[in-house]
Order: sequence, then structure tokens, then C-alpha cells
Amino acid sequence: MALAGRAALRWGARLPSPGPAAAPLCRQAWLPAACGRPYSSRGKEEIDMSTYPVESIRNFSIIAHVDHGKSTLADRLLEITGTISKTDRNKQVLDKLQVERERGITVKAQSASLFYNHEGINYLLNLIDTPGHVDFSYEVSRSLSACQGVILVVDANEGIQAQTVANFYLAFEAQLSIIPVINKIDLKNADPERVEKQIEKLFDIPTDECIRISAKQGTNVEKVLQKVIEKIPPPQCNTADPLKALVFDSTFDHYRGVIANIALFGGEIAKGQKIVSAHTKKRYEVHEVGILTPNEQPTHKLYAGQVGYLIAGMKEVTEAQIGDTLFLYKQPVEPLPGFKSAKPMVFAGMYPVDQTEYNNLKSALERLTLNDSSVTVHRDSSLALGAGWRLGFLGLLHMEVFNQRLEQEYNMSVILTAPTVPYKAVLSSAKLIKEYGKDQITIISPAQFPDKLSVSEYLEPTVLGTIVTPPEYIGKIITLCQDRRAVQKDLLYIDENRVMLKYLFPLNEIVVDFYDALKSLSSGYASFDYEDAGYQSADLIKMDILLNGNPVEELATIIHNDKAYAAGKLLCERLKETIPRQLFEIAIQAAIGKKIIARETLKPYRKNVVAKCYGGDITRRMKLLRRQAEGKRLMRKIGNVEVPRDAFIRVLKRETDK
Amino acid sequence: WPYCRKRCSYCNFNTYVVPAVDEAAVRACLVREAQTLLRLSQVHSVTSVFFGGGTPSLASPGTVAAVLEAVAGAAHLPAGAEITLEANPSSTSASALDGFRAAGVNRLSIGVQSLDDAELRMLGREHTAAEAWKAVEAARGLFPGRTSIDLLFGLPGQSRDAWAQRLEATLRLCDDHISLYQLTLERGTALAAQVRGGALPAPRQDLLADMYQTARKVLVAAGFRHYEVSSFARKGALSTHNLSYWRAEQYIGVGPGAHGRFVLRAEGSCSREARVQTLEPVAWMREVESQGHGTRSRVVLSPLEQLEELLSLGLRTDEGITHERWGHFSPQLSLQAVFGEPGEARALQQEGWLVLDSGGLRCTWAGLAVLDSLLPDLLWQLQR
Repeated sequence: MALAGRAALRWGARLPSPGPAAAPLCRQAWLPAACGRPYSSRGKEEIDMSTYPVESIRNFSIIAHVDHGKSTLADRLLEITGTISKTDRNKQVLDKLQVERERGITVKAQSASLFYNHEGINYLLNLIDTPGHVDFSYEVSRSLSACQGVILVVDANEGIQAQTVANFYLAFEAQLSIIPVINKIDLKNADPERVEKQIEKLFDIPTDECIRISAKQGTNVEKVLQKVIEKIPPPQCNTADPLKALVFDSTFDHYRGVIANIALFGGEIAKGQKIVSAHTKKRYEVHEVGILTPNEQPTHKLYAGQVGYLIAGMKEVTEAQIGDTLFLYKQPVEPLPGFKSAKPMVFAGMYPVDQTEYNNLKSALERLTLNDSSVTVHRDSSLALGAGWRLGFLGLLHMEVFNQRLEQEYNMSVILTAPTVPYKAVLSSAKLIKEYGKDQITIISPAQFPDKLSVSEYLEPTVLGTIVTPPEYIGKIITLCQDRRAVQKDLLYIDENRVMLKYLFPLNEIVVDFYDALKSLSSGYASFDYEDAGYQSADLIKMDILLNGNPVEELATIIHNDKAYAAGKLLCERLKETIPRQLFEIAIQAAIGKKIIARETLKPYRKNVVAKCYGGDITRRMKLLRRQAEGKRLMRKIGNVEVPRDAFIRVLKRETDK
Repeated sequence: WPYCRKRCSYCNFNTYVVPAVDEAAVRACLVREAQTLLRLSQVHSVTSVFFGGGTPSLASPGTVAAVLEAVAGAAHLPAGAEITLEANPSSTSASALDGFRAAGVNRLSIGVQSLDDAELRMLGREHTAAEAWKAVEAARGLFPGRTSIDLLFGLPGQSRDAWAQRLEATLRLCDDHISLYQLTLERGTALAAQVRGGALPAPRQDLLADMYQTARKVLVAAGFRHYEVSSFARKGALSTHNLSYWRAEQYIGVGPGAHGRFVLRAEGSCSREARVQTLEPVAWMREVESQGHGTRSRVVLSPLEQLEELLSLGLRTDEGITHERWGHFSPQLSLQAVFGEPGEARALQQEGWLVLDSGGLRCTWAGLAVLDSLLPDLLWQLQR
């Protein structure tokens, strides 16, 4: 999973002693919390997990819009149950990636087992954290499938936001119990009453079911725990059944291999057992099982309904794919429904800024993808940018996070090209159908774009976007959405201060700069979230860029017909600014087939000769000329036009956000 | 002579504005360094001497005389050798000029730069247009046929018409040699900062090209030979000294920051060296006093580097690189062998930028204006 390895930082955890909350005996010193999962400590008393039958187990998630207090609430729950000691170190705010704040995501935190005594019964409460963004909606749905209920946290001041809506529906569709919690009631502008009404109107949950809390101050947090026990049903499964375990997350540890987070839907699991992956059919021997508190704590066994981790000699995270089902060797079970392999939705080229860095970048990529099997990596090379890769990401945010981790954790500076989306073509040409062996193909690069004549229909991916905004920005937002070819599906006043809009967007219209545009025209108030909405028919064309009539392969793009003119013009203008003048006139053209849709003309040099060149000027002059002569080698020649690498970089590079 | 009374707004040369110069000390060092380097080079005959700077006309004729005596003492300095002094209109009284002539100077290069008072102020010059006229007329009286003037074009805000007028005035004033320089906005100068900051407009590329072409046409029509990118001469008044740079001949640089290219015969060497003297005058003097010269860097030029220089410099002239000169540096591989074969140079010849014939390799009229776009291709081909 892309974002694992962050939670240890956040929860700076101490290992708890097992048992009821009343006796948090913290025998362990502070664990190193610097990198990923610290090792579990050995030689301590193991918890007997058989003392927690299914009836005393509750599996739940916390879901919330960014900054609504999900992690703070988690901190408090861990403190109250003695899972971590109460100290002011337990602050989630410090270690947030810049990209989280900019993009509005909650980076996935780690799952934890909490022990809580309520009315004389010891309960095992498994808090299964989920990545908080729609790029990871598949992962979220798998995590939620291990739960029977969720805590839906809404900010008492900000009210319902786009992600609140998306998260609610994910939980609702999974038929989970929902405990609405209104957080930050200690804030001056808190208006819990208004938020309760929003929740009632939008989600049909009676106002009196909401719990008003301040996670920061701990107000009413205990009540939340009680509600979890009362309202969320225990998992429906049986230890007597054969083993059936869902893999809902996995991380990679350099010393121990893959650590898979699992939820048991039946049976029990223990060290020494032989297990099989339903997806890969590979067989493994279990080396270790245990619970997460939130660091790994080994146990003898795990039983049906419980949640924990497993180490079984898996070498790569692809062996423990999220959604996969594990069962005992020779005791196969029906795999849990809903498994899919990660499907990249956003592609971008990645190249080292300097080709000599290729090997370093390669090893950094390998190390990062060890923990993130959802990134697809294909070697690619561009005549202009050199050797690199074409990477596939789950979404735009996933790409941002990946790139930022590469920069921050591996100190790698890369050229990332503007993201593209996977299109499809329904083939009509019998010859092509035979060639591909199917009548529908996915197009990732413009080079694969089949001609219109052999295609009955082109398809583009779409998403259903949810925007929640104060009403004063509606006009501008509607215009923005229309510019992006979006179709309005819903417009609902949540109350007098909040409007929810739903639009069906072509994915390619939001991958580049939509979020920034939305934020800037709403002064930061509008929130946005989206979910996969399948493919739709689209009038797609391939646009070529020509320099003096010769096509530039790496600048070809697949684009919607309506957008071609404007995009072609922009590309030509940018090229004109970046290609240096040469000895002859250069026509920079955008073309669809044979039709030219935009043109810029780069005038030739009429004078380019240094005025003074005497004794003292010669050394400096020669240095420059030699460098220019050397630069000739790095020029990409399109016909007779020389295009420096910089020009390609400036045109192809993703515009970074302000 | 590295000193100036005032720094001009466009100048990034190695010049110093100091309240007082110990001229006797500087003179002694110039003499000593000239003697040392001449001895190291073991040249027999010196064909030209150029006093540049800085503002050499601020030095006294005695200093010029002392250096020339040193040269004549260390090598043969023929009576006809070209001895040029760079002068500013603001330090060029008739009596001073007379003194320099008596000291042995026989050619004057006057930094007129412009014949418009507003332009001169923008350039940070100390003189007015009227003073420039007077200075040039006085110089022509003393050095008839051997007075050159420097002019700048492409000043921020200068129009095509204004430049045409300057050219016209120049033709009325000038002698037989003119150097026309397009203003280069050098990093770190006051003028470049003003243009970058938007206080002054940056001249457009097309306008600069037009100005250059206009100047070429006007001067050629007036009987001048356009013998180098920025140099024009009539009646054979070409600068021998400057030609030696462009022909990649040997030259010795004397004084702070001076550059030289010569073979150190005294050390038994036969390879050409690029030498640079210490930039800062005080440090330079200390070195000269202690070791006879203030050479800060010595780099032996490889045969390829020498050819690269010959190519880059020679193509600036109308004669180009003759087969003979090329053969001097490259006895094995002829011009024809390097640039006559299919490749960049051949393409440039076909496109009409270059000519390779019995005279050698040179730019066409059109090619000269875009030489810096041709050179990277040619060097790239030469390196292969």
C-alpha cells in the first residue's frame, strides 16, 4: 500500500500490556519511531487471543474529511484504552506531508487493537484505519469490508465536506453501522446543531444519534467507545470454520519480508500452518502472527473475527495483494468477494533530470515500489528525455505522494511529464481485432492510438465528482465544470451555507489542474472528491505537433476534439518560447491528421555574432562555443530543426502547483 | 593600463578607479614584465604594440615610451611597426597626443562610442559629442589615416532612424578605420541591471539586425572594407595588431589581466600556451617585482584547441582562414579534408552561409552576421 509506514511516526507508540484499560502497564521504553514499523519486541508475555470470542470483538474504522480530526480521535481512543500512554507527543499534526495539506488527504494510519472493559466485559476493539482519499477507494473498500461499523467524524465548524459525502456512501453501501460524531465542539465557531441538521438532511440519520465531542480535549470520547460496543455488531463468523483471512493491507520490511494485515472471517491461524493465497495460488508457511498495538505484537494464534498481522515468507508486496483471501493448504474456501488487481488510472513519464542519475533513480523506484504494489512501472525511453519509465498510479494524489516521497526520502529530482489517462477504443476493423485478439483495447500512449477508420467508438474514463461549497461560488464552479466537459448530476442545498454539486467528469479533465482551479476560485472553501464512474464514449483525436512539417513523436497527444484547438495553440506558443531561434524559419504546427489547427512561426536569426573578440575575450568565448558544440550532441533533431532537451522538459513537464 | 577616471555603465572590463596611481611603479612593472615575457618567448621581431585598458591615454607619454624602449631592447621593433594607443575623448588634449606621438605611438583608437549627448550620458561617458568631434579632429591632424574610432549601436531606446543619423555623422567625422560594436549588456553592469529591471527597454533582435545591416551597407558604400565582424577600414588602414588575434598569431599580454598566446621557446617548448596575467594591479605588481612577471595561469593548448581558436577567430574576418594558415596549425589534415566532406560544414555551404574555395574557408555576407550560430556546428564537426 502506497502510504504505509507513516503511522508509526504519528502514534509514536509504546507497547501496551494486554488486558483491561484500567491497568496500562507500560513496560517498554520508547520505540524508535523513525522508519516504518519498528520491530516487535520478543520475549515478552504473549496475549492469549482465545479469551476474546467473537461476541466481544468490534471491528471499525474512522472516516472523515481531511482535518476534521480523525487522527486526533484515534490518538484519544488509543490513550483511553491504554494502547499508548497519554502524553503530548501524541499529536498527529506534526508529521503531515506537505502534499496531504495541499491536496486534502489523510495519509493512511496503521491499524490497532484496543482492549477496553465495558460493564465488566473485556472487549477487543480493532480500529482499522483506511487511507482517506478516493485514489485509494479500492483499498478503503477492502479495509471497510473487514469492519462492521464506522465512526463518521464531521467538523462542528466546517460541516459536511465532499469527502464526508464520499466516505459516508462507501460505508453505507457496505451496509455498515454508522456512528456520526461531531468533533471540535470546543471551537469558538462550532455549530454542532447546524451540522446535525446537515447530517439528518443528507444522510437521513436522526439528529439525536450524533455524539458531540472534542477529540482534542477528550470531551465525550469515552462515549464514542461505548457507542462502538453498543451499536456496532460483532463480526459474524466462526472459529470452527476453515481458515478464511482477508488481506487488507501489506507493507514490506527489509529484514522480515512482507507483513500482511489480515482480518479473519473464519477459522484460526497460528505459526507453522501452511497457507495458500487464493489469488496467486502460492503456498507459504506462517512464521508469525500477532496483533497491532499499533506495533506488531506476536500472539500464539488469531481467531475468527480478529484482526492482526501475518508474516509468512512472502518476498514481495505483490504476493500479498490487497483484497486477496488466504486459506489453509488443502482446505480451500470460497474467496472473499470484491478482489481486483490494482488498476492504474493516471499515467506519467518519469525521467532522471540527469541521465547519469538513471541507476540511482532506478534503485529508489525499486525500493519505493517494494511498499507500493499499486504503482505500475514500465521502462520507457524518449528520444528527447532519455531513458526513463512510464508509471501508472491509482490517481493524481497517489502520483503526488509517490513523487514527493521520491524527492524527500530518496533525494531524487525527476522530470515528471503531464499525467494522462487510459483511453479505450472499440475496434471495428476485423484485421485489428484479429491482431489484438479482442475488440476493445486500452490506449496508454498516443503511439497506440488506432485510426478512426478502424474504430467504431473511442472511450474515456470518467469519475463522479462531489463538490461541497458555500453558495456564493456556485456560478464560478458551474462554469469551471462546464469548461471541463462535466455534466451536472445533482445540486443540493445541504443548508443555507453549503451546497453539494455532483458532476460526471471525464477523468482527463481533472488530472492536471482542476483541484487547484477549484480551490483558487472558491478562496479555498470548496472541497472536492471523486469516485470511479466507468468509461463513456468520447470524440477523441490524436493531435500531432509538427516542426517544419515533421511530426515530433513525444509531443503527440490524445485529446478531446472540443479541446484540440485551444490545446494546440497553447502547445505551439510554449514551443515557440522554448525553441531557440535557428538559421531558418521554423513553422510550429498542431495538426489533426492532415488538418493544421494551430501555427506559430519562429523567425530565423538575422544576427548572432559577438561584437568584440580580441585577445582577452578569446578564452571565455571558446569556453562557451565548446559548450554549445557539446550541446549539439544532446539536441534532438526533428528534420533539420534542433530542439534542446530543455524545450521538451518545459513543454512536457507537469505544471507544478503553487 | 587598467585605470579609469570613471567606470562606464556598460563596461565589465578589468578596470580600476583609484584616487592616485603610482605611475613610476606601474611603469617599472610594465617594463619588467614586457622584458621577461619577450625573453621567454624569444621572438625576434615585434610587428605591433597595442596600449589598451582601462584608459591608457591617462598614462603619461613617458610610460608609453619606456615600454616601447623595453620592447625594442628585447626584440626587434621595426620602424613601421603599428603602435596603437587607446584614448578617450576626455583625456585627449592636442598636447598630450603630441607627447604620445613623440613617444612612438603612430596610431590612435578613440572611444567615441556615440555622437549623441543623451546616449553618452546613458553610457556613463565623461565626454560630450562636441568634445568627441574635437578630439577626433585633433587626432586626425596628428595621426592622419591612422585614427580609428569606436562606436556603439543597439543602445536601449535607440531607433533605426537615430542610428542612421549617427552613421551619417560618423562618416563626416571619421578617418579610415571604424570599429562598430553592438552593445552587449554584460552581466553585472549598471546598464544591464537597468534593462533587466525594466527602467530601460531591451533592444529587439530584429532591430539590432537591421542596424547592423544598415551600417554594413552604408560603410561599404562609403568605400570601407568590412574586414572583420565589427571592423571597417578604407585605404588599407586595417589594424595589423587586431588581425594578429584573428589570424591566431602569437601575442604577448603585458599588464594586469592581459592575455597572451605564445610559445615559450626559452623553456625549450614548442607548444602554444594561453597565458593570463594576474587581474588585480597591486597583486600583479607584487608578482612582477618578485619574479619578473605576473602570469597567473598558463594552459598549454592542444592541437585541437588551437584549431578551434583558429576556426572561431578566423571566420570573423573577410579573408577567413586561408589554406596556408590552416596548414600551419594542421599540416596533416587540410581544410578540404575536414570541412569539404559531407557534414555540417558542407550543409552550411549549400545553405549559403559559408564558402570553401581556393582562398580558404570563410563566411558569406549573410553568414558573417550569424557566425555564432555556425560555429557550434563547425566545432562539433572538427571535434569528430
